[in-house]
Amino acid sequence: MSELINILKECEDLAFDLHFTAARKWKAEKAGRILTGYLPVYVPREIIHAAGGLPVGIMGAGDRKQIIKGDAYYQSYICHLPRGVIEMALDDNLDGFDGFIFPAICDCIRNLSGMFKLSKKGSFQRYFDYPQNFDPLTGGTFYREEMQKLIDDMVKINGAQVTTDKLNKAIALYNRNRELIETIYNIRQEYPWRLSAVDTYHILRAGLVIPVERHNEMLERVVQIISKERGNPMDNIRVVVTGSFCEQPPIGLIKSIEMAGCYIVDDDFMLGSRFIKSAVDDATADPLGALTAAYITQSDFASFYYDIGNPKGKRLAQLVKRRKADGVIFSAASFCDPALLDRPQMQKECDEAGIPHINFQYHESTGQFKVIKEQAGTFSDSIKLWV
Amino acid sequence: MEKAKEAIKENSMIIQKNMLAKQFHELSQARELGRKVVYTFVPGNLTELILSFDMVPVYPEINALQNGMRKKSGSYIKDAEKIGYSEDVCTYVKCDIGMMLNGNIGPTGEKLPPPDLLLLSYTGCFTFLKWFENLEKMYPGVPVAMLHTPYQEDGKIAPEQLSYMVRQLREEVIPKMEQVSGKKYDEARLKTMLKRSAEAEDLLVKILESAKNVPTPIDAYFAGVYYIGPIFTAFRGTADAVEYYTELWSEVQQRMKLGLGPVTPEGEIKEQKFRLVVEGPPNWTNFREFWKIFYDMGAVIVASSYTKVGGVYDMGFRHNPDEPLESLSKYCMGCYTNMNLPQRVSMLEGYVKEYKADGFLINSIKSCNSFSAGQLMIMREIEQRCSVPVGFIESDLVDPRYFSYANIKNRLESYFQMLEQRKAILTEI
Ligand code: SF4
Ligand code: SF4
Repeated sequence: MSELINILKECEDLAFDLHFTAARKWKAEKAGRILTGYLPVYVPREIIHAAGGLPVGIMGAGDRKQIIKGDAYYQSYICHLPRGVIEMALDDNLDGFDGFIFPAICDCIRNLSGMFKLSKKGSFQRYFDYPQNFDPLTGGTFYREEMQKLIDDMVKINGAQVTTDKLNKAIALYNRNRELIETIYNIRQEYPWRLSAVDTYHILRAGLVIPVERHNEMLERVVQIISKERGNPMDNIRVVVTGSFCEQPPIGLIKSIEMAGCYIVDDDFMLGSRFIKSAVDDATADPLGALTAAYITQSDFASFYYDIGNPKGKRLAQLVKRRKADGVIFSAASFCDPALLDRPQMQKECDEAGIPHINFQYHESTGQFKVIKEQAGTFSDSIKLWV
Repeated sequence: MEKAKEAIKENSMIIQKNMLAKQFHELSQARELGRKVVYTFVPGNLTELILSFDMVPVYPEINALQNGMRKKSGSYIKDAEKIGYSEDVCTYVKCDIGMMLNGNIGPTGEKLPPPDLLLLSYTGCFTFLKWFENLEKMYPGVPVAMLHTPYQEDGKIAPEQLSYMVRQLREEVIPKMEQVSGKKYDEARLKTMLKRSAEAEDLLVKILESAKNVPTPIDAYFAGVYYIGPIFTAFRGTADAVEYYTELWSEVQQRMKLGLGPVTPEGEIKEQKFRLVVEGPPNWTNFREFWKIFYDMGAVIVASSYTKVGGVYDMGFRHNPDEPLESLSKYCMGCYTNMNLPQRVSMLEGYVKEYKADGFLINSIKSCNSFSAGQLMIMREIEQRCSVPVGFIESDLVDPRYFSYANIKNRLESYFQMLEQRKAILTEI
């Protein structure tokens, strides 16, 4: 048991170390290693790994850093995440990073890439455009070219040889990572009391700042430990939390949901680590082709992913069913256009599927959870009353 | 003189007014006339292609802005919020959804036909994607053609981006248009239209660049939004557009010859005290009051980024009949909000210098992350590079709750005082 406590403590420290000490240490250990920071949500981390880099997820400053300069760069009606990231860039938090990737999830992240370019932070600042065309030859070719640009950026720095073998090995490692994370979610679906949502969050977030090999070791141990009974079941309802894929909710919010009587059996907090839903071919002569196919055909639903023909609301309802959840909590960052513009239609789909739901908005440094706790408590009570 | 001035003003305006009336009439008759209707967006629009299939385009942003000007947007937005749209999101989307909830009665009072095709040409703004995903669910079964326009990440259009675009046009957009319209793609017809587009674009550039004159004969922001109307929307590629711009250009030349300033709803600006470059869209709900603040202070806008959302023609782009699909693709990728931030800063820096501006002002729009995220950094950069006073005001496009007249006026007055003082100092030196 104390082993789990140690792992959890380590993960919590890693998750919120805004100086990325572990990542810097990793880089310092060997010449030619590079640190590639990426913003939410998804980048194919395999290619960074194969290019001798450590992909480091930059999920914002949360409630762990006072924002002073960042507010001078953003109007009050823009979400919180980019101002925290700029604050980190202007302070020394991101020193030592070799480059940054800005995935195409919204206009804030897109324009943030330009702000990094203007301030010349890192050797490269790459906007990673996700194709919204899913034809393998059209969107697929484009995606592959986008990956190639990233590889070129990194190779320019360290001269690494990105071989088929290295790519296949990286794919295998990340396949294992996704598989272990999925196993944790599967166990939690049946026995959510064995590992709290907050602990799960720390474990997943820690994985964004350390080598995947190390993270896999941790995950293996966690899976072993929680495969056995621990903790005490409570009379809680089960919910899926959605809409928090980019700016992260403060830990206090996740805790409040749990304390109000809701087990979180699925969520999109660390969506990037779970975005590819099944194993990517890791024994192929064309690993970039395999990663492309994974993006085109095996991606999860998300607000930045064009959904005509495969609506998000339906996929959310399927997830609720699969996880045997009682309801959905729509929890989005304030001023987050992608999440908030999806919400009405997704709520409608939930209504049609008979899934109860509530919603609230937060920002990463929200400090007051009383209202949210009350809302979640009432939600839990009302479901218990009727189910 | 007075008489001549009124005649000049009326001619191009009358032409534009007639063009719009005809277009809305055509729209209201679309069903009867068997014309198919395409909903699409202004930035990176494919107007010539749509027209070449004899289909009629509808631009939801234009409906929203017109609803804003006609004071209808406030209640539409509230109606959209009532069904779950957050207060925090783009008000163009909410205004459009509110209009649909209220029977889809367009700004002129005529009912707008539902779409036969949703053409999601997604250029420079992520919200477009969300907007049409929502519309698709409100018009179930209507086909959607997606055209994903890559961002000018590297500050230029890369060859692989161009081939991605052309491929999407060939394999996604054109087949859907053929299917909906029941007509074959007619490249010869498209080329004829693109030739006319380029003619109108040449004229528009001359008109916009006339503001390099001191005094300027035009206002490139408030009046500019009227000037760009035809070319940014349903008329690019038509003979009507060429006629309109020919007339407008001759009026502008006339004004230059007579040394006259821009015509505003309050009359001609007599003394042009300040020349400004403005970044960001205007507010529509209080457009006239907003403009009047500038008029009263003798401020003219000599260049603006908003008049480039539907194309940066002054940077050299022209539709080219010799490479129709490539040219449409380059057009989509070249629009202002699809340019990266360093490109935007360089363009604005160039404007301040080439148009001899006294100051640089941002009207930051609450709704619009595409424009607004990063604007404070743009402001710092321009201040450093151009050493002119910079100003910052905030409003919204169509949500009247976010237009505070007193606040904006106060801020602008302080800003103009600052410009005045600087002018005085510069004169002394
Ligand atoms: S929170 Fe939403 S709006 Fe803000 S950066 Fe993330 S995705 Fe974009
Ligand atoms: S975010 Fe801006 S560019 Fe996008 S639809 Fe809204 S107003 Fe238009």
